Amino acid sequence: MVRTPEGGNLTRLEGIAGALSGAYSSKQPVRPPIETDPSLTIDDAYAIQLLQVDAWLAGGAVVKGYKVGLTSKAMQNQLGVDQPDFGHLTAAMFHLDHTPIDTAQFLQPKVEPEIAFVLGRELAGPGVNVAEAIRAVDFVLPSLELIDSRVADWKIGIVDTISDNASSGGVILGSKPTRLADVDLTKVGCNLVIDSQIVATGAGSAVLGSPLNALVWLANTLGARGISFKPGDVILPGSVTAAQVVRAGSVAQASFANLGSVTAVFA
Amino acid sequence: MTWTVESVADELLACEAQRRDREPFTDEWADMSLAQAYAVQDETLARRLRRGETLTGVKLGLTSRAKQERMHVSQPFVAWLTDDMILPAGLPVRASRFIHPRVEPEIVFVMGRDLAGPGISAATAMAAVEWILAGAEVIDSRYRNFRFRAPDVIADNASSGAYVTGGVSLRPDQIDVGAEAVSVEVDGQIVDSATGAAILGHPGEALALAANQLAERGLAIKAGQIVLTGGITDAYPVPAGAKLAFHFARLGDIHILGGE
Repeated sequence: MVRTPEGGNLTRLEGIAGALSGAYSSKQPVRPPIETDPSLTIDDAYAIQLLQVDAWLAGGAVVKGYKVGLTSKAMQNQLGVDQPDFGHLTAAMFHLDHTPIDTAQFLQPKVEPEIAFVLGRELAGPGVNVAEAIRAVDFVLPSLELIDSRVADWKIGIVDTISDNASSGGVILGSKPTRLADVDLTKVGCNLVIDSQIVATGAGSAVLGSPLNALVWLANTLGARGISFKPGDVILPGSVTAAQVVRAGSVAQASFANLGSVTAVFA
Repeated sequence: MTWTVESVADELLACEAQRRDREPFTDEWADMSLAQAYAVQDETLARRLRRGETLTGVKLGLTSRAKQERMHVSQPFVAWLTDDMILPAGLPVRASRFIHPRVEPEIVFVMGRDLAGPGISAATAMAAVEWILAGAEVIDSRYRNFRFRAPDVIADNASSGAYVTGGVSLRPDQIDVGAEAVSVEVDGQIVDSATGAAILGHPGEALALAANQLAERGLAIKAGQIVLTGGITDAYPVPAGAKLAFHFARLGDIHILGGE
């Protein structure tokens, strides 16, 4: 399991975790954690994230999967990092295709089209390779990730977004499963349409060269922390396009060549 | 100095020949109109043909929203292609031939029939297309740091440089080019991606726009000509030694090497 912070350090991290948690209910975004405490490390940031996840679990939440973020060259360059990050997806974060979502529960939502992996068997890192990852995937689904930031104006660096559950908000899954043997994920094109306008396009290769690379990275990163994927886990590997802002009244649709589409309705 | 259509045409062709960049003409000729800019374009084409080049087709510039925003120019436009701009597949983009070349992936049409506006829609435009191919265009503005306004870039033949086409040809009824994905690889790493929908929603819309714009000047696209529909993604620099590749989902791969 993740290293538990000790003593005064724990108090310091708990304070930041509490502030971020509070923003979910107050809908008032907070200052970037790195401004509150410039000494925060990436390990501290994951500890802050896990403090919040532990509190959600204590309150009855269930982890249904994970997301990988910062998987495009453009985003990594923007944040000055050379590796992805991850966050937790709980049951309450899943929304249905073509079904209104209460936009007021979010602070400053955006959507990202992603090719979601659904696992058919356990996958435990470290040491996982692409072949093992492919064997563990049952099928992929078209999806929209709803990202959100509890940090004011999305003014985030790597430590801020990791502390904030990797800026997770929710996920909308499409309903057409496709087997990996039937598709080359790197060549899957995606058109993102918001309010009838094509606002962004991309291909699966935008995700670390291949979405499977993100799955391998996450299996090994979580494995090093003693966490493994279970059958049925949903893994969002990273966005195919730049994130796009949505608001109440928006309809966002991601249309993937050969994989079908998924539609998020923001009420 | 007072610029005219003729002197701007002289200067642009001289810049191209001497691989020299310059400040935009609109700094000095603030009210150069789009009509005057197209007159420059047509004048430089006439001079290219007089010196022995052959017209091979048309290209569109700034057809993607990303490019329009990057260049602060809000409408697409057409320009001319000649055989001097053909880059055979496999040959490097030589730094000594260009000023500051950048390469972008495109959807390319080969016309089966003449296409004359006005009144052309994407549907009637696609009906005149015989083949669809992947393409890579080398763009090379004659303006320093690619700083220009719409009349400047139109006069400069939409930053034309060179073009290369891919090895896969499909008929229009075999592919939805609006869903065709391309990945941009620089030195082995994927840095960008997009689909044909980045071009005005569908590259057929760009073809229709070209036919209708040309019709305003009494011109048309001819059977056998090639149409470059505009960069799908940003354009990427190709310095000597750079290894670029565009991987299309169905239209194959194009590899571009930066040469001396």
